[in-house]
Amino acid sequence: MTGSRQAFNPVIAGLAAISALFFIFPLTGLVTRAPWSSMTKVISSSASLDALWLTLIASLATTALALIFGFPLAWLLARVQFRGKALVRGLTTLPMVLPPVVGGIALLLAYGRRGLLGEPLYSATGFSLPFTTPGVIVAESFVAMPFFVITLESGLRSMNTRLEDAARSLGASRLTVFRRVTLPLIWPSLLAGTVLAWSRAVGEFGATITFAGNLPGVTQTAPLAIYISQSSGKIDEAIALSLVLVVVSLAVMIGTRNRSRRA
Amino acid sequence: MVSARAGEVVALLGPNGAGKSTILRALAGLLRLDGGKVELDGTVLEEPARHTRVAPEKRPVGLMFQDYLLFPHLSAVENVAFGLRARGVDKRVARERAAAALERLGVAKVAGARPGNMSGGQQQRVAMARAMVTEPKLLLLDEPLAALDVSTKTDVRRQLRAALRESRAANVMVTHDLLDAVALADRMFVIEDGGIAQSGTPAEVTARPKSRYVADLVGVNLVRGTARGTALELDGGGRLVTAEELSGQVLAVIAPHDVSVTRDHPEQAASAANVWPGQVGAVDLMGDRVRVRVDGTPTITAEVTPAAVDALNLDAGGQLWASVEPSAIRPYPP
Repeated sequence: MTGSRQAFNPVIAGLAAISALFFIFPLTGLVTRAPWSSMTKVISSSASLDALWLTLIASLATTALALIFGFPLAWLLARVQFRGKALVRGLTTLPMVLPPVVGGIALLLAYGRRGLLGEPLYSATGFSLPFTTPGVIVAESFVAMPFFVITLESGLRSMNTRLEDAARSLGASRLTVFRRVTLPLIWPSLLAGTVLAWSRAVGEFGATITFAGNLPGVTQTAPLAIYISQSSGKIDEAIALSLVLVVVSLAVMIGTRNRSRRA
Repeated sequence: MVSARAGEVVALLGPNGAGKSTILRALAGLLRLDGGKVELDGTVLEEPARHTRVAPEKRPVGLMFQDYLLFPHLSAVENVAFGLRARGVDKRVARERAAAALERLGVAKVAGARPGNMSGGQQQRVAMARAMVTEPKLLLLDEPLAALDVSTKTDVRRQLRAALRESRAANVMVTHDLLDAVALADRMFVIEDGGIAQSGTPAEVTARPKSRYVADLVGVNLVRGTARGTALELDGGGRLVTAEELSGQVLAVIAPHDVSVTRDHPEQAASAANVWPGQVGAVDLMGDRVRVRVDGTPTITAEVTPAAVDALNLDAGGQLWASVEPSAIRPYPP
């Protein structure tokens, strides 16, 4: 495909350059101000390693939960007609536009020790989600899963379901149809939704700190550690951890982009 | 009841929206029946009254869709091998049989290509191969040639004809194109308003159309009336004289080229038995001939040369006289 070549427009080019630089400068700032000489020492401090490790574990668990529970939800929204569907879609994707800290408060009121569900759970088992690592995963899921659901739903919706009819008429069982026709066709949106949810979970701050608190080693993820370091004057630590997140995010974005193009 | 024998090609012909594709989807099991019965080779595939229903993937049926529905993420050979693989054929054997099927239909060169990189005619033949390669007992073809342009249609029709001749399946084809039905089918059913309007061999149906729909497809005038001797009193008004003596309800066809039109009353006509006036209606160009509808009692379509259009000044409209020889009226029982 060859696009029509447009004449060079200095106004558009100028605005586009400003826009691009707006994003490039902060990253440059991170790189130039990074404490390169003490980098390994800062990152390998046990507090930083704990935060990075927790971020990894919690974000992967969130992604797994999104796949397990978000897939059926997306399927229902895309394929099944039922009353109140618009309402269900609206409520389950609301966290995308909700300030995360509001999500954290709402989570406390539902799953906190005195919450709607949290109170009976606590009195029955003595377990309560806030200030635990599972609490971090719950907070991240609340914020990140809608991104997965909405991306997958649009993928399922844009797929021609008559291809599944064709596969069944060729003798394929429902499972085979799913594996060999549906899955390959929705693969790009499945991958995109997974990456979106994962990266949103990695960066989650507001809901996590509100619902799960900031306990080093238990609920303090990298974004929380960065914020605490920054506000307590340990700027080198904040920059070093930030750089790690930038590099990992960049690698994932580039890697999945190539893969979804090939699919 | 629509039926088809093994090795036979049956065409379901009908206007769009008559329910033809629905019949195929029901036969394939992609649509649940509310009543009725689907039986294949002595096995009941579906009978709601007895709560019998065989899942679509368990039916020995091949279905070729009007828009082909090739899997966009698979190559041609993988598309064709899909049904064999799903039915448990070993991977290598499936690919070999798929490649052979593509070869037979003359599309071996696109075996490795994905549907998005094939022409319409190639996709059509890959779809045909995919539906036939599993050797179904019942092969269903939904408008197999409708999506093709005129230039490739003739070629593909010939290939489809050859492929169907080899097929040992009962072949059921849905079409709204009479030419496809005549070229490919052994028997045809005309479906109108969800029911069977007429059935028979293509020759029988086209020679003696029983509805305006079929008559229009064949391109002949159809009249219906009550005969008494050589007088035919038409249902919609008007009277014609036939050569044969008849009685009772009859249908009759009159070929447009047997209808003459003149501006003035044809006093000198050899046989002035059937002469009546009417207004110039639609004028259509059909190849190198022109068809003129004369709106009178009855309304009839005549075929004239383009020169006659000028000579008669048909563009101006107005009144014409239509005349038909009694021997050109071919009656048959309804």
